[in-house]
Amino acid sequence: MEQEQNVKLTKLAHCAGCGAKVGAGVLAQLLEGIRTHRDPNLLVGFDKSDDASVYKVSDELALVQTVDFFPPIADDPYLFGQIAATNALSDVYAMGGEPKLALNLLCIPESMPKSAVHDLLRGGYEKVYEAGAIITGGHSILDEEPKYGLAVTGFVHPDRVLTNAGARPGDVLLFTKPLGIGVLTTAAKADLCPPEALQQAYTLMTTLNKAARDCMVRYEVHACTDVTGFGFLGHAYEMAQGSGVGLEIDTGAVDILPEALEFAKMGLLPEGMYRNRRYAEGAVDPGAVPLAVQDVLYDPQTAGGLLMAVAPGDADALYRDLLAAVPSAQRVGVVLPETEGGKRITLR
Amino acid sequence: MIDARGLSCPMPVVMVQKAVQSDAPATLEVLLDNPCSVENVTRFATNSGYKVEVHPADEDEYRLVLTKQ
Repeated sequence: MEQEQNVKLTKLAHCAGCGAKVGAGVLAQLLEGIRTHRDPNLLVGFDKSDDASVYKVSDELALVQTVDFFPPIADDPYLFGQIAATNALSDVYAMGGEPKLALNLLCIPESMPKSAVHDLLRGGYEKVYEAGAIITGGHSILDEEPKYGLAVTGFVHPDRVLTNAGARPGDVLLFTKPLGIGVLTTAAKADLCPPEALQQAYTLMTTLNKAARDCMVRYEVHACTDVTGFGFLGHAYEMAQGSGVGLEIDTGAVDILPEALEFAKMGLLPEGMYRNRRYAEGAVDPGAVPLAVQDVLYDPQTAGGLLMAVAPGDADALYRDLLAAVPSAQRVGVVLPETEGGKRITLR
Repeated sequence: MIDARGLSCPMPVVMVQKAVQSDAPATLEVLLDNPCSVENVTRFATNSGYKVEVHPADEDEYRLVLTKQ
């Protein structure tokens, strides 16, 4: 028992957090040919590569539903619970909604100490409560590798749904958290990440996107997505493709955790980074941007920030509001018209 | 020579880093068995002043030759 208590949670995981996500390209193949059924009230469905599904209940109310779970990204079970919940709730915020109900999804090895499982669940409960939602139940199964996450249901006004497909040329791109979380947690696996840097990544991963969402819904935002497993450029590519636009990213304005660039140069990059690169790089013109910066832009994030496309007239005001509520907010680029034969995303 | 087959990221690149930092070898051979490690070792070695040749060996195996520039 003593030995079990000392097992590091992340050592039980093959890949950490959102890095465990099946690649976007693979996912499309897996879904190919499966017959989907239409329903006029389904506003956003699984054919849209969006963050959550949205179902219209009445002219005033639509349901937002999403599910997200993954293997441990932190050794402390309480922290892992908080991170998993922050990440699962984020999809509702990315649609402009407010989470209301959540169900636990839990996979645990028989050998995992009860106190650790208890701490994990407590972390989830506290984050969900902080979001103004409640956990109403769940399901647990035995599994060799621990996994935790939640199915979350939220509400949104049907006319105020924010998909990743509404960006318009001229919109300004705002983003709310620094990048490099996947690189830092990879370095941590090799015990190379300094404790302060890792602590910063944990703080980011347990910061709800609630404040960012609450600012965003007061302005004319045309599209939003949360940046998670597919990395900044993977999710940006989905937004560009879904919206039929191009994006220009000012990489100098993108906030990157300082240690992440160093670790990227040292080759401490998660496998998910390479998957994301393969998925999106055909659509990206990297210009003269250094390889390490590009790598971090493809780095899979867990509970990453919101990427928003806001109408140019509202951009300054929203950015100001965001900075007051979410100090890590950045103005990272602009939306361009689609160009024939050109790359969807230009880095400069 | 470093045989990092059977190890998942980031362990192979960490082994190469340790060897480079402690001995600064003029050449170093590395055996790997996943593409992610090949890329990671290549990035590290290039940034540390090594030229990298990648020789695909058996199925899903790679022999990397690092030469100090």
